[in-house]
Amino acid sequence: MAEVEYRSVSRTFPGSEIPAVSNLNLKIESGELLVLVGPSGSGKSTALRILAGLEPQDEGSIHIDDKDVSEFQPQARDIAMVFQNYALYPQMTVAANMGFALKQKKIPKAEREKRVLEAAKILDLVPYLDRKPKNLSGGQRQRVAMGRAIVREPKVFLMDEPLSNLDAKLRVQTRAELSELQERLKVTTVYVTHDQVEAMTMGDRVAVLDHGVLQQVDKPSVLYSKPSNKFVAGFIGSPAMNFFDVTKTDNAQLMFKGSEISLKDELQNKIKKSKTSNLSLGVRPEHLKISDNGIAGKVRLIEALGSESYIHVSVDDAKSIIIRVEGNATVKQGELVNVSFGDTLHVFNEDGSRV
Amino acid sequence: MKKFLLSLSTWVLAILFFFPVFWMFLNSFKTDFDASTDPKLFFSPTLEQFREVIDSKFWEAFASSFFIVIVSTIIVMLLAVPAAYALSIKPIPKWRDMLFFFISTKFLPIVAGILPIYILADALSLLNSRTVLIILYTAMNLPLAVWMLNSFFREVPKELIEAARIDGASIRSQITSVILPIVAPGLAATALLCFIFAWNEFFFALQLNVNDYQTVPIWVKGAVDERGNFIAELSAASTLATMPVIIAGWFAQKKMIRGLSMGAIK
Repeated sequence: MAEVEYRSVSRTFPGSEIPAVSNLNLKIESGELLVLVGPSGSGKSTALRILAGLEPQDEGSIHIDDKDVSEFQPQARDIAMVFQNYALYPQMTVAANMGFALKQKKIPKAEREKRVLEAAKILDLVPYLDRKPKNLSGGQRQRVAMGRAIVREPKVFLMDEPLSNLDAKLRVQTRAELSELQERLKVTTVYVTHDQVEAMTMGDRVAVLDHGVLQQVDKPSVLYSKPSNKFVAGFIGSPAMNFFDVTKTDNAQLMFKGSEISLKDELQNKIKKSKTSNLSLGVRPEHLKISDNGIAGKVRLIEALGSESYIHVSVDDAKSIIIRVEGNATVKQGELVNVSFGDTLHVFNEDGSRV
Repeated sequence: MKKFLLSLSTWVLAILFFFPVFWMFLNSFKTDFDASTDPKLFFSPTLEQFREVIDSKFWEAFASSFFIVIVSTIIVMLLAVPAAYALSIKPIPKWRDMLFFFISTKFLPIVAGILPIYILADALSLLNSRTVLIILYTAMNLPLAVWMLNSFFREVPKELIEAARIDGASIRSQITSVILPIVAPGLAATALLCFIFAWNEFFFALQLNVNDYQTVPIWVKGAVDERGNFIAELSAASTLATMPVIIAGWFAQKKMIRGLSMGAIK
């Protein structure tokens, strides 16, 4: 149980012009599971490694429980890490893997074995304690990696895309188990992933990174309903939010391809204050409807998942939008349809900031 | 059909390479007469050549060689492991230059260096000693060992070292608990190669140890009269000289193959 804080942390890799992490300020509450999410190259793994002490920071400082650990070696920070590739010691048994850190701390054998057994019970690993990693399945190896971290009873858990190497079904199952485990143990956890579904389902809060810069950090529901910029809006949510290039008219309305879009007063007022007249209108797939009037388009493709369907509609030659409907779609591929907007609209300036 | 041809050609090549050794081995059990006349595959074996050749001088030479080679190989491994660590796991800034420097020491033909080495050895009163050979063999094998261990260490996944660091392992613990077990085949291959090169070394042993502490290769040369072609006797001497290396190689072969190919495939 510990607070973790990044204070103005920056890091540029030698030989590179662009910072990997740029002025990161982030506070993680004690017992929280914070997800660092972003596309490849966003700096999330680098930020995690800086916290671990595996990567130095060029500027700023790292604090764990209000202690400045910026100059501390990884072994002195009282953290445990789960790697994407598990990084299990191949010559050691599961029990030895899990007990390795305790052995380094010179903890007596009896105590070591007790703690390893406890962690093994939590993770269902007791029958495998004498096996070597090469004789384990991917899911089992992942649990051993978790066990190795749990046994240490550290201040912070660091997880670097721990589920990416699992098959889809196992990933969903393990996601839930991990969440429950973290709830139970109440250890502050920093979890890195590029999968926004993982981020949304597991995080108490989610921090979105792009090109080393923190875009927004908040509860998943808030990120979803009130993204602070176009990047977050487009990153969070699957299928992604649809964006329309619109122009602001003199009387603060939005025009898309010659047709006006009706806006609620609240939004209209905000638009009046917008910096430019070229704006971007973002609408989530579930907030668009096939209806009798609206923007003209043609159904390109229907993805039917059973519980819901995604209808891809091309509204002009280059652009295609996605509409989400419950159950099966009532339209067919190739059909000419009209698309209307629901009430929930997001408008962004040219620079991506929210209007 | 292709597989069969491949198999066949592999066997042919293997036999071709092995044949001289095999022939030497065979000859060592023949009488001189049998060995010098038309090549015979079948003969009545005798141990008389071995009896002729093994005298106290042989055992002395064997003991010298063994001592020198084992000590120098141990020193090489003790020095090469930390050196390789500094070049691979946590590379020093100019590691490429360092590696090149190491291998560049082997560019000089030893014939060119023998005179200064002789003079130096003489000045340090090291002529006719085991020490001078230990020093020279260590220097001779160290670049090779560092290069090989460097490529083996680089095979170790970076995350494993990081996990060990986070788990609180000191550098020594990282090496002994994590790295060495993984590169063990590579270690065996390296040690074996050092053993072979040191064991077979002739030039320095000849020039620097004229009287005492002759090594086995020198003994082979001196064990046989220069007057005639005593092939059988020579074969027996050579067989004895190569036995240790062959036995060591036999035991280490699996590890050696694994070790030699370890650095090759990323």
